[in-house]
Amino acid sequence: MRTLIIPARFDQLDAIRRFAVQAAADAGLDEKGLCAVEMAVDEACSNIIEHAYRGISNGQIECTCESDATSFTVILRDRGRPFDILQVPEPDLKASLKKRKVGGLGIYLMRQLMDVVRYENLGDMGNVLTLIKYLKSAE
Amino acid sequence: MEIKMQRYKHCDLLAIKGKVDSYTAPELSDAIEKINNDGRFKIVIDMAELEYMSSAGFRALLVGQRNCKRYNRGEIVLARVPKKIMEALELTGFTPLFKIFDDVTAAVGYF
Repeated sequence: MRTLIIPARFDQLDAIRRFAVQAAADAGLDEKGLCAVEMAVDEACSNIIEHAYRGISNGQIECTCESDATSFTVILRDRGRPFDILQVPEPDLKASLKKRKVGGLGIYLMRQLMDVVRYENLGDMGNVLTLIKYLKSAE
Repeated sequence: MEIKMQRYKHCDLLAIKGKVDSYTAPELSDAIEKINNDGRFKIVIDMAELEYMSSAGFRALLVGQRNCKRYNRGEIVLARVPKKIMEALELTGFTPLFKIFDDVTAAVGYF
């Protein structure tokens, strides 16, 4: 298990992606799995910064990565306002260019790329988002 | 992220290098807007050296495409899209919104 704590700012996204991808590589995820983790962690953190910490400049995100024989797990914790991404409606991926909405894409991607996405609101203790990717060999 | 712009007679070429995420996507939007502000709406985006693009980048492309296609005045087309970025574009249903070319010459020649 390893943990990284970063300021909740967009300029930190590269650092948190690198951290999670390295942990995923060490856990034995294949190239496709690494791409999935890279994107899912980015989209999750972008949402935390944009929504949970909207108007809050000194927030932090705690990223913990752990793995076992069958899965790789990323746990993202923040102390921002409740933001249940699972309540965000799925975007219409067949809408015409004119009607295509710009929101909700990141969350959709995250859910497509990971095997499990779980959200918990801990009240004053903030939000916990858990992302799990199963190891291919275990499927 | 780095963006190189090159002006052709019938279109503009934007070559993106590096990573486009929530931090850098505004630069991509600015680059597209800058071309639009010159009254030009036919744009080729060369992605050969693009390492990563999140949904923030897709949104920049979507907004740009909408603006370029308005009044049938132009269009954004993509060239040399890396495999992993193509997969994400497919997953989000973006591939029908953009013409995609295997090489830059064909993309520029399209206009």
